[in-house]
Amino acid sequence: MEDKTIKIHVEKLKKNFGTLEVLKDMSIDIFEGEVVVLLGPSGSGKSTFLRCLNQLEEATAGIIVVDGMNITDKHTDINKVRENIGMVFQHFNLFPHKTVLENIMLAPVELKLMTKAEAKEKGMQLLNRVGLDTKADAYPSQLSGGQKQRIAIARSLAMNPDIMLFDEPTSALDPEMVGEVLAVMKELASEGMTMVVVTHEIGFAKEVADRIVFMDDGYIVEQGSAQEVIMNPKESRTIDFLNKVL
Amino acid sequence: MITIIQTYGPMLLQALGKTLLLTLLSLVFAMIIGLVFSLMNVGKNRFFNFIGIAYVDGVRGVPLIVLAYFIYFGIPTGIKMMGIQDFRLTALQAGTIALAMNCGAYMAEIIRAGIESVDKGQMEASRSLGLNYAKSMRLVVLPQAVRTMIPSIINQFIITLKDTSILSVIGFPELTNMGKTISGNTLKSLQTWAIVGIMYMVVIITLSKVAKRVERRVNRGR
Repeated sequence: MEDKTIKIHVEKLKKNFGTLEVLKDMSIDIFEGEVVVLLGPSGSGKSTFLRCLNQLEEATAGIIVVDGMNITDKHTDINKVRENIGMVFQHFNLFPHKTVLENIMLAPVELKLMTKAEAKEKGMQLLNRVGLDTKADAYPSQLSGGQKQRIAIARSLAMNPDIMLFDEPTSALDPEMVGEVLAVMKELASEGMTMVVVTHEIGFAKEVADRIVFMDDGYIVEQGSAQEVIMNPKESRTIDFLNKVL
Repeated sequence: MITIIQTYGPMLLQALGKTLLLTLLSLVFAMIIGLVFSLMNVGKNRFFNFIGIAYVDGVRGVPLIVLAYFIYFGIPTGIKMMGIQDFRLTALQAGTIALAMNCGAYMAEIIRAGIESVDKGQMEASRSLGLNYAKSMRLVVLPQAVRTMIPSIINQFIITLKDTSILSVIGFPELTNMGKTISGNTLKSLQTWAIVGIMYMVVIITLSKVAKRVERRVNRGR
């Protein structure tokens, strides 16, 4: 990376659920425009780590700084920080009682960042971009999984975030729908969005990731380019994992 | 039977009106009470959790008739003991408070269950967009919770309507109380209570028919 502005700084992050230590000691810097893919076996703490980055999970210890704001500090207005961090979930989490366009317009309008008319225009633009402008007035229940996930991405983008977090965005999809979602993500990456992605799509990781972080048991085991981590893994745990999934 | 209807018809209808008035007032306050205590219950604040649970358990643990006596007779006496004279509650006021408290406790449980039935991902998605807890609750979670709550809420409405009859004990001139008066005057218990029973039945069946419609309407487009 030429541009080395730090976007997310994580230092000695720990997260416990009761007595269970999920994240033991995580430190990482993520740079502006960087696409970081988190790989690792289930239970390794990838999703928990991702959810700490916008404080959907409260960190037990450690520091997380996003855009210069310490979000582990209780005095930080977390709602303000979240406006800049989009998140896409495994199970889409679209609002079923609202139409597609209403889903996208809700946050910008409620947070008074846009008027209804502006939000509608932006919404249609985004729908166009993810190829679903004909579905503006449909309800989520009328959409396929792949369509739902593309809408969920559009909904996050409506807030004009600097950072996008993806929590296994294709894991709940039928195989034939994975491609359409990954295509939208690739496009975002090529436009310079800072992205942190938890996924099992090794192909996507190889093609799009600037850096791959392999996690196991609450620690970062190994990180580097796809060439390094996937093609020439050094750690035995990485090798084991890759043997199982490839 | 005809003579009872001819003589007491207008009074019975008036009493039915009082029953409906009491029901309506109680329900409005019960909804507010239910919403407040259910929100205390589902929140993260331990202190409010405790208050929410204490209220529901407390009120549900007391029979409505005891609650009504306590509010109508007990509270004014207590206030008098504190040195304030002339404090009185009308039967309607006391009845509304007692019913609203009682129904509110059940309503709190219904609303809590409704909120908890909404997938946690809904709140998370809303929060991740930058909306705060209150807005997420109001715009995202509650509208979905209401859909699952509607059958139970209607059921509770019907129970509350029938419970108004209990407030005949504090002298509120609702339908059951009127039935007592009429059967006392005419000595025709069979006919009087049959008429009163049918009046309740007609209102309640009408209500549940309307409710079914509302339910179908709300479930559309789901």
